Amino acid sequence: MKFSLSWLKDHLATDAALETIVETLTKIGLEVDAVEDRAAALAPFQVVQVVAAEPHPQADRLRVCTVETAAGEIVQVVCGAPNARAGMKGVFAPSGTHIPGTGLDLKPTKIRGVESNGMLCSERELMVSDDHDGIIDLPADTPVGTPFAAIIGADDPVIDIELTPNRPDCTAIRGIARDLAAAGLGTLKPAAATEPVAGTFASPRRWAIAADGNACTYVVGRSFRHLRNGPSPRWLQDRLRAIGLRPISALVDITNYVTMDLGRPLHVFDAAKLSDDTLTMRLARAGEELPALNDKTYALDAEMTVIADTAGVHGIGGVMGGAVTGCTETTTEMFLECAIFDPVQIAATGRKLNLQSDARYRFERGVDATSGDWGVEVATRLVLELCGGEASEVVRAGTPPSPPDPIALRLGRVAQLAGVILPAARQQQILGDLGFETVANAADRISVQAPPWRPDIDGEAALVEEIARIHGFDNIDPVPLERLTSLSAAAITPAQSRVARIKRALAAQGLHEAVTWSFMARDHAALFGDVPDCLALANPISADLDTMRPSILPNLILAAGRNIDRGHGDVGLFEVGPQYRDDTPAGQALVAAGIRQGNAHPPHWAGPARVVDALDAKADAMAALADAEAPIANAGVFRDAPGWYHPGRSASLRLGKAVLAYFGEIHPGILASLDVKGPIVGFEIYLDDVPLPRRRGTTRPMLHLSPYQPVTRDFAFIVAAETPAADVLRAARSGERQLITDVALFDVYTGKGVPAGKKSLALTVTLQPTDATLTDEQIEAVSAKILASVEKQTGGVLRG
Amino acid sequence: MDSTQSLEQLESEMLAAVAAAAGLDSLESLRIAALGRKGSLTERMKALGGLPADQRRAAGQALNRLKTTVEQAIDARRSSLAAADLEARLVQEAIDVTLPARPQPAGRLHPVSQTVDECVAIFGEMGFTVAEGPDIENDFRNFTALNIPPEHPARQMHDTFYLPERDDGSRLLLRTHTSPVQIRTMQSQEPPIRVIAPGRTYRCDSDATHTPMFHQVEALVVDETTHLGHLKGCIIDFCRAFFELPDLPVRFRPSHFPFTEPSMEVDIGCTRSRGELKIGGDDWLEIMGSGMVHPNVLRAGGVDPDRYQGFAFGMGIDRIAMLKYGIPDLRTFFEADLRWLHHYGFLPLAVPSLVRGL
Repeated sequence: MKFSLSWLKDHLATDAALETIVETLTKIGLEVDAVEDRAAALAPFQVVQVVAAEPHPQADRLRVCTVETAAGEIVQVVCGAPNARAGMKGVFAPSGTHIPGTGLDLKPTKIRGVESNGMLCSERELMVSDDHDGIIDLPADTPVGTPFAAIIGADDPVIDIELTPNRPDCTAIRGIARDLAAAGLGTLKPAAATEPVAGTFASPRRWAIAADGNACTYVVGRSFRHLRNGPSPRWLQDRLRAIGLRPISALVDITNYVTMDLGRPLHVFDAAKLSDDTLTMRLARAGEELPALNDKTYALDAEMTVIADTAGVHGIGGVMGGAVTGCTETTTEMFLECAIFDPVQIAATGRKLNLQSDARYRFERGVDATSGDWGVEVATRLVLELCGGEASEVVRAGTPPSPPDPIALRLGRVAQLAGVILPAARQQQILGDLGFETVANAADRISVQAPPWRPDIDGEAALVEEIARIHGFDNIDPVPLERLTSLSAAAITPAQSRVARIKRALAAQGLHEAVTWSFMARDHAALFGDVPDCLALANPISADLDTMRPSILPNLILAAGRNIDRGHGDVGLFEVGPQYRDDTPAGQALVAAGIRQGNAHPPHWAGPARVVDALDAKADAMAALADAEAPIANAGVFRDAPGWYHPGRSASLRLGKAVLAYFGEIHPGILASLDVKGPIVGFEIYLDDVPLPRRRGTTRPMLHLSPYQPVTRDFAFIVAAETPAADVLRAARSGERQLITDVALFDVYTGKGVPAGKKSLALTVTLQPTDATLTDEQIEAVSAKILASVEKQTGGVLRG
Repeated sequence: MDSTQSLEQLESEMLAAVAAAAGLDSLESLRIAALGRKGSLTERMKALGGLPADQRRAAGQALNRLKTTVEQAIDARRSSLAAADLEARLVQEAIDVTLPARPQPAGRLHPVSQTVDECVAIFGEMGFTVAEGPDIENDFRNFTALNIPPEHPARQMHDTFYLPERDDGSRLLLRTHTSPVQIRTMQSQEPPIRVIAPGRTYRCDSDATHTPMFHQVEALVVDETTHLGHLKGCIIDFCRAFFELPDLPVRFRPSHFPFTEPSMEVDIGCTRSRGELKIGGDDWLEIMGSGMVHPNVLRAGGVDPDRYQGFAFGMGIDRIAMLKYGIPDLRTFFEADLRWLHHYGFLPLAVPSLVRGL
């Protein structure tokens, strides 16, 4: 919403400075977006007398001009304009001036050997127009020293406010003035006269509203005759031009003026171009279209309200009038429309047509409920004043909106909600200044009637807002939030804390945390499991982001690909976030997923590079699970990872039936489909399914430290090549429950000395005695048990 | 060795030989030759028995003295030779200490995670707990319960991602803000309520300053007494703690949101110069929307607005991270560019806490 300072002052008697007004607007909720003070930018440019214009001795096209400023200073300027001549009045910029049209700063200079100290400006150089045929040539009676801004009427600052959708009243400059006056920045001037202007003849045209659910509830109008339309007077043109509107003709300018001034959109039909005597508000019919005033033609549908007669559609209700029946300079008969429309329908129509207009802007917020009648009278006075002629009697259709119910305000409510104690009188005064009327007054509460221009006021809290806003949020003291407990308690649950810790654990593993889209391309998603139709977005932002992701891995793999393409391979990434099985809350799983691509570590003086393998992903998953205090010791490793993993190089980690995690090498076929260079290994941890550790107080179990040295014994077993190492380790460990504290695998060997189809697994078993140093016989006995257990459980025999 | 040689002569020869020993090995040979089982001194000791008793005592004493002297000389020489050996070994063992250390994994946390943890650390001190809700929401919790009726212009302001229409005509959506968690919290918890809800949010928008997914953190307080003054106090405390500027200017401007009344936008002080934005200063930068919870929202959450009241506010996590850490482009948050993650990311052990400093 744009308005000029002088227009504001039509409604507001104030001597407040521009800065104060701007500051106050923002403080009361009318946020100032921009203040265009063209006078400031144009300040150095003043009218001068050109006293001489001699030909340049070295150049035919240049003139050496002598100018005299208001201060009596004589300055020499070299000028290339063909119209530069002695005796003219021009616009001068002294050296040091920034020229808006060229972006250059003027400096004293020599042009072809002749000194030049400033510039005589063209309109283009001052960004007034595109005219660059010559310098500005002002009427001879223009006083020297006049600021150029004043000459073009640019000495009136224009303020642009960003209006929140709840303030239709401030789509009127008068509404803005009212708010400022309430905030103490002056007084609101009396309103324009709205008493009925008596008609001198019966209107030959009538209004009708079809009972078809269209947006119009009430319409008022009247006919005019013997009008003389033409350019509107200078004051009106200046008002409109200042806020960026183009003056057209008196009748059209009046509608724009009332729209801006009072927030009351109007439409004027050239009555000579209407064939019927009735204009009807009705829903459009399929196939109807309207060439509108903006020279575009709009196809209409049955949810849009139009103004029509038997000849066809003449306007889109509340949005824009038609080109054919619009008023022109030759209009002598006019039919006026001043209607009330349903905001929701107008907004929908405007959106559907992608048509923004000053009328829509106001109707979709809700115009003053009583403006149907007063709008006609205000317009009538302006028409008669500017175009002469006669006005008919007023014609109406529909019913004016009924006033809303009064709202009760408990006088203690402002203190309670806004935290500021204001006397009842002050509260009432603020409401009164804003146009609220007190209809009942009790000791502890009042009842107020909201003004017709405030359809947004919907209850007591809204009244509190009005009072607090005008009193000033700055005048409400900040109060620290009261502590509920003397020390702060845990802000997050153990499950939430675990998520935060797992992120840090994975970063400590050397992975970088990524955050990627929750959606992805459907064909990529399909590589990672079934994607139900309910997870396809109805309105995706692009085809590659059209499906809720069934897994985080594809996003990470694609990210790895992008990093490789940038020349940064050996990628390690993880993400902790949602993935989706279906559209229910339970279908959203919290997953920690990670990948490693290329080398686990780069080549180094201390050793060659090592390419990642599935066990790197296992290590990452185990580190995260260990940090989550998951019972990993009880988890089983199963070769049943989903299809996006390499079938021979992947596994699930299960606790009973629940899958805690998958890990492994990503299937080469998947990488080929995603066009990313492997190998890539990855893991997925299903955090919702990882049980939380049971807390039994804070104490740890008693630590028993044995005074006796542990003993280690090494064994090498020959087992079938396909025997899982974990089975051999478990078998060795179960050989003796009391003494064995650790079994470590230190070698896996196939080749010379080991029969084909077999492998050798070398273990170190640690025995920890608790009562006495172990004797050789005891150690031998344990060894025998280990051998027996491994042989029984895995068929492994000691390597000879 | 000549058995008739005088002890004095023997002593001087032996000491000279010890002093001349070039290494520990030759010193050991000398020791064996003199003091070993068949060593020259040992032999002389053995020979003492053959002397007449009256000479035996004096000769024994002289021999013992000599033996002690030689032993001491050998020990001293051994120490000095060992020291020299060690020194030589150390010189030989020198390595190039400028070699780079063996590579250690060095991952980083995403700024969004760190910023969430910072928010939790600050709001946690004020007695807030963290609430969560799903990304896929229904129309009621995302709009209607938040006092945004079907035709409200705010529904157009939120460019909503929808899932396919269901058989009953309803459509689920991706939450456009974290505010549905307000409703979930009120529906599941009696006042007093003090929660923050950080999480992913979605809007059908993509340009230089908007991404289709971003993060918000929402705060909700509901009790019998919390008013606008508390809202101001809470937000001022948060902003100053978060940006680590104890005198950061904070301004509250009336505004409009369907879910709060009164509503205000919050600006913080900033400085803009040559295209750069710095937090702190006398220019203003909007960072969040806030207000007293609208009675209709309380009602939708099953809370009696005549008994309870409170405030809510919400802000963009990515945005406050950008402001605090000087990250110029929102889109880069979601590109998973390793160079970016390493540069703007956080070390895993840098866990934010107010008492230790954020």
